[in-house]
Amino acid sequence: MLDLTYEAPKVKTIAGAKHDWELVIGMEVHAQVSSNAKLFSGASTKFGAEPNSNVAFVDAAMPGMLPVINEFCVEQAVRTGLGLKAGINLTSAFDRKNYFYPDLPQGYQISQLYHPIVGEGEVLVEMGPGVARKVRIERIHLEQDAGKSIHDMDPHMSFVDLNRTGVALMEIVSRPDIRGPEEAAAYITKLRQILRYLGTCDGNMQNGNLRADVNVSICLPGAYEKYQETQDFSHLGTRCEIKNMNSMRFIQQAIEYEARRQIAIVEGGGKVDQETRLYDPDKGETRSMRSKEEAHDYRYFPDPDLLPLEIEQAWVDDIAASLPELPDQKKARFMGDYGLSDYDASVLTAEHENAAFFEDVANASDGKLAANWVINDLFGRLKKDGDKGISESPVSPAQLGGIINLIQKGDISGKIAKDLFEIVYAEGGDPSQIVEERGMKQVTDTGAIEAAVDEVIAANPAQVEKAQANPKLAGWFVGQVMKATGGKANPAAVNELVMKKLGL
Amino acid sequence: MADLNKLTLADARDALKKGETTSVELTEACLKAIDAADALNAFVHKTPEIAMERARAADARLAEGDAPAMCGLPIGIKDLFCTRGVPSQAASGILEGFRPEYESTVSQNLIDAGAVMLGKLNMDEFAMGSSNETSVYGNAVNPWRRGNDEAALTPGGSSGGSASAVAADLCLAATGTDTGGSIRQPAAFTGIVGIKPTYGRCSRWGIIAFASSLDQAGPMTKTVRDAAIMLEAMCSSDAKDSTSTDLPVPNFEALLTGDIRGKKIGIPREYRIDGTPEEIEKIWSDGAAMLKDAGAEIVDISLPHTKYALPAYYVIAPAEASSNLARYDGVRYGHRAKLAQGDGITEMYEKTRAEGFGDEVQRRVMIGTYVLSAGFYDAYYNRARKVRTLIKKDFEDAFAQGVDAILTPATPSSAFGLGEMAEADPVQMYLNDVFTVTVNLAGLPGISVPAGLDKQGLPLGLQLIGKPWDEGDLLNIAASLEKSAGFVAKPAQWW
Repeated sequence: MLDLTYEAPKVKTIAGAKHDWELVIGMEVHAQVSSNAKLFSGASTKFGAEPNSNVAFVDAAMPGMLPVINEFCVEQAVRTGLGLKAGINLTSAFDRKNYFYPDLPQGYQISQLYHPIVGEGEVLVEMGPGVARKVRIERIHLEQDAGKSIHDMDPHMSFVDLNRTGVALMEIVSRPDIRGPEEAAAYITKLRQILRYLGTCDGNMQNGNLRADVNVSICLPGAYEKYQETQDFSHLGTRCEIKNMNSMRFIQQAIEYEARRQIAIVEGGGKVDQETRLYDPDKGETRSMRSKEEAHDYRYFPDPDLLPLEIEQAWVDDIAASLPELPDQKKARFMGDYGLSDYDASVLTAEHENAAFFEDVANASDGKLAANWVINDLFGRLKKDGDKGISESPVSPAQLGGIINLIQKGDISGKIAKDLFEIVYAEGGDPSQIVEERGMKQVTDTGAIEAAVDEVIAANPAQVEKAQANPKLAGWFVGQVMKATGGKANPAAVNELVMKKLGL
Repeated sequence: MADLNKLTLADARDALKKGETTSVELTEACLKAIDAADALNAFVHKTPEIAMERARAADARLAEGDAPAMCGLPIGIKDLFCTRGVPSQAASGILEGFRPEYESTVSQNLIDAGAVMLGKLNMDEFAMGSSNETSVYGNAVNPWRRGNDEAALTPGGSSGGSASAVAADLCLAATGTDTGGSIRQPAAFTGIVGIKPTYGRCSRWGIIAFASSLDQAGPMTKTVRDAAIMLEAMCSSDAKDSTSTDLPVPNFEALLTGDIRGKKIGIPREYRIDGTPEEIEKIWSDGAAMLKDAGAEIVDISLPHTKYALPAYYVIAPAEASSNLARYDGVRYGHRAKLAQGDGITEMYEKTRAEGFGDEVQRRVMIGTYVLSAGFYDAYYNRARKVRTLIKKDFEDAFAQGVDAILTPATPSSAFGLGEMAEADPVQMYLNDVFTVTVNLAGLPGISVPAGLDKQGLPLGLQLIGKPWDEGDLLNIAASLEKSAGFVAKPAQWW
């Protein structure tokens, strides 16, 4: 396996009227745990159910109802922590975050403020070949999601759907190590990739299963380095938190807008207020949701309905042993074992299923050719075919491997292989059998090729003269021979014979 | 048989088994007594149909020889327990009309044991109070009076309805809950037995929460033996309550040997409080003498952090309550205020909660909100938690020295008059819990046993505090004390 080392990417600066400014970004990502039941109840988590149909008594905060932890969600959080190379806390505890809202029936969210289940970890965010930002993870904690308030169904009333209430979330909190909008998007992409590899969150941003609160501040060049040395936040600017973002594109736009807004304030002699803001994608701007003074006092305290959560090291070890190969390792292995380029390895490991498909093809044939065929031909064909995913591919790894093997054996040319791929894609079947049955096999019999070459040379004396004067024109003869043999002649053999017969 | 409603659980059980009476007869006797006792305001939701149906079912089981521990025994259930299809509103206006679709684990355990529910019992609103005066139904009344004085006395609280009903023989026994003394204080005020088991013995599932880390259910009965019988039926390990114990439930009644020779009984010096009436002091020393005569060893002990218990309790309990009661917002069930044109969600919360909660509940919600607020959390809540740890350690140290149980007064006075505290500082009312809150803070079992009458003819109780999970030993010592004290007085029926 390759030991990959990375350089840190260049920090993005934004030119103000007076200075260049740097960005400092930290994120809190809320990832919905992939589980069938909620964090503290047996109600289903299925998306798109009838409103208020996935609600247990405890989810609706009926009097006297008590939460009971769902062990599977705990396992998923531990798995996520291990996947982010984080420390697992064998003892953690749940706290209540108190506030009133109709989609929060208990009047508090059960979360983990004081003792989260996962401690410090890291995510390597690649920004190009050999260039990556190491983003530190501060913590991951488990908490309940809220329900949904619906304000646009009736002119006078609001409605509440509690299906989402109590669904398990992992809040993944980063350190302020992200230095630009592109890095922010790349961080989310990488985090999502790891979560999907681990199977702990489906990463569906459209359904809100992965959403981010983005903290943005600005500072002058040099200030961030001082923060890094001291971990003293006073070197950094005042941050604003942009809440509840669930689109990569909007995250980048919001950060860019927010940074420019803060620069304008500071350069104009003003002070940035610490506040919570919302991004309005229609107007392309962030606006204040509540200031620090209006911030809720959540009155966190340990939830007396739940005992501290104690897990055993042996259980954590079992989970660690069952972790899949993660993207960074897989990519390095693909580069080392199959000789793939950084780019190809990145593309193939972006999704776990793609990587597995590629690997099956490669193991049945040749790594580099497999990478080319999967990335260029198969992905391209699937995209054209209604943007299909790899799991819907009509061509199996064995079939694709078969096609590649036929090329390598010299049975078919690259050009014929494309036709063969299309047949297999559309009709299915065993590639070598198709080649036999339809007479697509390449002619390597030099006698037959020689006869064809002689025929072409004899028929075109003028061209022979020209080619003998200018050897570059010999290619014309190769083309004619290929045409005459229906494309089945081995091009290398044709080339060699043409050159020989022309005396070049 | 005459006066079936006056039987103890044990006697009624034995009579049923012998076929001397039936559950239907027992139940009818209780229902009759209940209907004649509206002046006590103990039962706030009567369930005669349910009672008769269960009584008939119990008789059928008895006839088949398939009688579980409490088969056919009529009891009352505190309004704090959710009972399926029956109003369960914690004596609060905010739960107006609320009928749960589920049965609390404890009341289900009692149903499974064959007990017959007669109805729901009065209490202080959300179990917050020591006199039953914060109930939305109006207060229950103590069947005891001061001699010939007709002034109505409090049955104590919060389980005042339960205490009144058992003392007045409206039911054979009742459930109570105890967060800071709500079983033991009313038991003492009405001359009955009440035990709060170790935190975790009874499932809290389906009991409307006041302060989750302190709340425990327990029986309120006429005798210690009855307490043993009913406690066993109420306890269970419950996967639906994460704080419930996995320990098996002992046969408590079988542990009542009456032999307490060699037991070490601690007398904590910090429970001698200035201003405690002489009569209380006397009954306390009498109690110690009785236990000594029965063969126990009496030792002085120290529980040095006792004086901080009441303030710590009145930080922790309201803090948890302020959060537990946030769900009563008018959105999903119970009371919702009528709103004015233009009122939004904030007005709905404010008006609903202002109308639905009584003064004492509002006071505690505000105290709880305050002590959890940013800037005050460490000074109040965290500090109280530290005090709690120290109080727990006080008891651990005492038990580590070989003490088997601790004897204290149950209350600082006998029952006081209803309305007497109306003008007083709320803290005066909170002082009622001074001998009982330490037990909740430490999660220990505690039992109140009637030990005598004061000069006015009112019952006085003594409290025994036991080791965690050792309710069996505690009940046995209590049974010895009960026998020595020989308390047999009954209130004269005036209602």
